[in-house]
Amino acid sequence: MYKLRKIVVAGFLVLGTVPAWGQAPAYRAPRTADGKPNLNGIWQANNSADWNLQGHSAAQGPVYALGAVFSIPPGLSVVEGDEIPYLPAAAAKQKENHANWVKLDPEVKCYLPGVPRATYLPYPFQIVQSRENIMMAYEYAGAVRTINMGAPTKAPADSWMGWSNGHWDGETLVVDVTSQNEDTWFDRAGNFHSEALHVVERYTPRSADTLNYEVTIEDPKVFSRPWKISMPLYRRVEKDARLLEYKCVEFTEELLYGTLRKKASK
Amino acid sequence: MTTHRSLASITAIGAMIAVTAWGQAPAKSWTVPRTPDGTPDLQGVYANATLTPLERPKGLGAKEFYTDQEFAALMKRIQQGSVPEEADLGNAAPQDVRYDLSLYGFDVTKATLASSKRTSLIVGPEGRVPPMLPEARQRNAERAAKNKGHEFDSYENRPLQERCILMAQERIPMLPGAADNNLLQIVEGTGYVVLLHEMDHSTRVIPTDGRPHVSQSIREYQGDSVGHWDGNTLVVDTTNFTDLSAFRGSGEKLHLVERFSRPDEKTLLYQFTVEDPATWDKPWSAEIPMAKAKGPVYEWACHEGNLDEFVTILRGARVEEEAEKKVAK
Repeated sequence: MYKLRKIVVAGFLVLGTVPAWGQAPAYRAPRTADGKPNLNGIWQANNSADWNLQGHSAAQGPVYALGAVFSIPPGLSVVEGDEIPYLPAAAAKQKENHANWVKLDPEVKCYLPGVPRATYLPYPFQIVQSRENIMMAYEYAGAVRTINMGAPTKAPADSWMGWSNGHWDGETLVVDVTSQNEDTWFDRAGNFHSEALHVVERYTPRSADTLNYEVTIEDPKVFSRPWKISMPLYRRVEKDARLLEYKCVEFTEELLYGTLRKKASK
Repeated sequence: MTTHRSLASITAIGAMIAVTAWGQAPAKSWTVPRTPDGTPDLQGVYANATLTPLERPKGLGAKEFYTDQEFAALMKRIQQGSVPEEADLGNAAPQDVRYDLSLYGFDVTKATLASSKRTSLIVGPEGRVPPMLPEARQRNAERAAKNKGHEFDSYENRPLQERCILMAQERIPMLPGAADNNLLQIVEGTGYVVLLHEMDHSTRVIPTDGRPHVSQSIREYQGDSVGHWDGNTLVVDTTNFTDLSAFRGSGEKLHLVERFSRPDEKTLLYQFTVEDPATWDKPWSAEIPMAKAKGPVYEWACHEGNLDEFVTILRGARVEEEAEKKVAK
């Protein structure tokens, strides 16, 4: 009896050190020289969110010749509640996008990916922090964005990677992204948005080599309410890790321009 | 020594009209600031438009620098619109095709320019790119001959620039002469320097921890860049190019060393040396002052808007062939 009570008390003590569910983990990241949480490094998602943000089963890939090498891996949902709150017309468009994704997905054409998709594409990206700006450089298509850490500024025009203003909220880097054009998608399942998209990203260190990545997505033209995704990001810890060149334009040219090749003369 | 002495004469000018006589006194009061990490702070946005030509005009022989008087006279002639061969106007030259910037409300004479009294960007008594070795000449001629008459056969026959794979202004080493999209942004983080070219958002994230190059089996259009600090200068060493990177006819063995420093508050001094024993019989070097410019650098996306233009080029060629066939019948 006495023994049991001791165990129960010990259990409580252990639980007491665990933060309440839903709160940020109590990890304090190392600091940069100017005292900010140090997120410098090469990071990568390790999930199949780029295939489909929502939970999905494994499926046959679009190129039969590639068999198991390029079929669709299964994946758990990264969407809070596993529901993307599309307005009715938008829900129909997403279905159409999904059915025709090889033809319509901007990733197939090597177009700049937009935010947040750039983060969980199956390629690493690098964070370089300075006092005034934080650069995020992505291996995919050499995409890049500069996050302004000073007084927020306004975009002069819409662009593929949008306009990023950042600030620190305790341990968390918060990035507010606006002015993205309507031509990027969220994933290969045809999840999409309009130019009214407003994205708020939160990067929170959760251990030396992992970050929590949480995103709130708002677009009144496409969704009935804001919705959230979250996933861990992992540090590429290889000693020599670095971004390599993935200039994918040339891998799309046969697809885009191949039919216009000169026919061999007889 | 000439290099460093000349720094005093390199000054950013806001506009050609604003050209004044530059003082002879070196900017001795200025020292490059440090980042919180303690590295020299080269951060900012810089424009590489310049009036100095890459190669020295032949009439100037071995003359490497203008005197103050000659420089002032040259500037005056440029302002009066008499474009001498000494100045490769680049940014300031009137343009009548396609990118007439005045149509968009830009006044090219107000462009941010950095200037020097050098007679050419290439340094040294010759001031010109060394003659190409016979083998390199042959290699380049063969490639050109292979494409001749097939320029419009397919996308593979089009220049890398037109295909949005490698734009002139994103190529390294960086050469000026661009009328637009000539900004470079430098951002420094712990152990890395980012060089972001405005042109086609080309970005190099350069480690400065002394690591070696990636394996020779990895080839990249922009090569593999590693860096280190030499006093107040960032030194970047780049190898692992592809044979298509071809900087002025170079091959894949091209070895590029770039040096970035800030001689004064408004200037980034960009120096480079290229060597390729399969192309030139000796290395050659250039020195390009870049003027501090106003950011931010906006997104420049090429491929994303290229579809219609590119399809039109190839379709035009196919339509023409059909028409020719009909005429033959």
